[in-house]
Amino acid sequence: MTAPVGLPPRLAELVEDFSDVSVKERLQLLLELSEELPALPDRYSGHRDQMEQVHECQTPLFLAVEVAADPDRTVHLFFDAPPEAPTTRGFASIMQTGLDGEPAAEVLAVPNDFYLALGLGEAVSPLRLRGMAAMLARIKNQVRSAG
Amino acid sequence: MPVPNDTHPKLAAYAHPERLVTTEWLAEQLQQPGVAVVESDEDVLLYDTGHIPGAVKLDWHTELNDPVTRDYVDGARFAELLGERGIGRDTTVVIYGDRNNWWAAYALWVFSLFGHQDVRLLDGGRAKWVAEGREMTRDEPTPPKVDYPVIERDDSAIRAFKDDVLAHLGQPMVDVRSPGEYSGELLHMPDYPQEGAVRGGHIPGAASVPWARAAAEDATFKSRDELEAIYQQEQGLSPSDDVIAYCRIGERSSHTWFVLTHLLGFPHVRNYDGSWTEWGNSVRVPIAIGTERGSVK
Repeated sequence: MTAPVGLPPRLAELVEDFSDVSVKERLQLLLELSEELPALPDRYSGHRDQMEQVHECQTPLFLAVEVAADPDRTVHLFFDAPPEAPTTRGFASIMQTGLDGEPAAEVLAVPNDFYLALGLGEAVSPLRLRGMAAMLARIKNQVRSAG
Repeated sequence: MPVPNDTHPKLAAYAHPERLVTTEWLAEQLQQPGVAVVESDEDVLLYDTGHIPGAVKLDWHTELNDPVTRDYVDGARFAELLGERGIGRDTTVVIYGDRNNWWAAYALWVFSLFGHQDVRLLDGGRAKWVAEGREMTRDEPTPPKVDYPVIERDDSAIRAFKDDVLAHLGQPMVDVRSPGEYSGELLHMPDYPQEGAVRGGHIPGAASVPWARAAAEDATFKSRDELEAIYQQEQGLSPSDDVIAYCRIGERSSHTWFVLTHLLGFPHVRNYDGSWTEWGNSVRVPIAIGTERGSVK
């Protein structure tokens, strides 16, 4: 599958990485990403009350979105999910790698169903993928409401 | 040669102690020929982050379900899945997983549909093994392929379909979902995605016993006495009852099916895997809302 048009460069690259490999290798790639999810900075660590819970994920996932006051309104993303939830961490890591540091307009322009192009439906089941759609929707809502 | 049972005293109190093994027992049996260890998790990647040495992975979403029809795989596919994992019809299979063995119990129930005789759960599952600091590895075993016979599923004894439930109304049923799902306030599990039921509530007459009440803090099953206190004394079920358990898609209720069948020795328990995602969408089936069991008018 080709990447949807209009994705930010690093997200487009990830979509290509996933779609270029076999189903089994996609799981491996997701596992590697789950291990690369950055730890929370001090201001969020232990402060889940300042983060938003993504209820649609199978395992509790918390996210925080910061929009900088620069002309691009640069978006920064922070995620917290336990190590025993590698799939959820992998999804979060796709968002983090693909969208962190992008201008707000770019984040808002990501198609809501971009994740279908990752080809993970077969590997993890469509049901488990819903968390990813919910994550993106919540990120966009927060970017919008940040004014 | 049959693999010996775990004779741990806690297990001995259960109706069918041969269905459970402790982490101590498993640690000693890992090299034992004739024993296969299977990990089945909610999280499809968890096995890949590390697992019990020699364990193979079996995922229910992508492997035990038929990819097209809402049903389990057929005998040919089941034979293929097990054969390629080196599991024969006579192999002792020990299943474990995350979340109090929720998905492991589901896999065990599916194995039972195919009549696989010696299938056991690891008491405490993955969490207890990890908490005890036991060995984990990322090495994936490559067991030699074996011939597993093609056995057709027998759905008659331990699986209930919607028509069976309609015919069963008025007899004992256990709804193992959360209280919010039972009363009808929630259409899905707390913190989980909405899976598309258009009506909320429960099947009239069903008792509400959330599945995880059967699990202790360390993810092991509660003792026989504690389980009897919940299902028999508190809920009034009796081992001679014909019982149907259900949840949302039949996975949480597999756990309760295991408890009632193997730990408490109820011989007539069926799991309704259509569960709320079928019942809550069916036209003109009776539904009760609120915290009372309700009855069919």
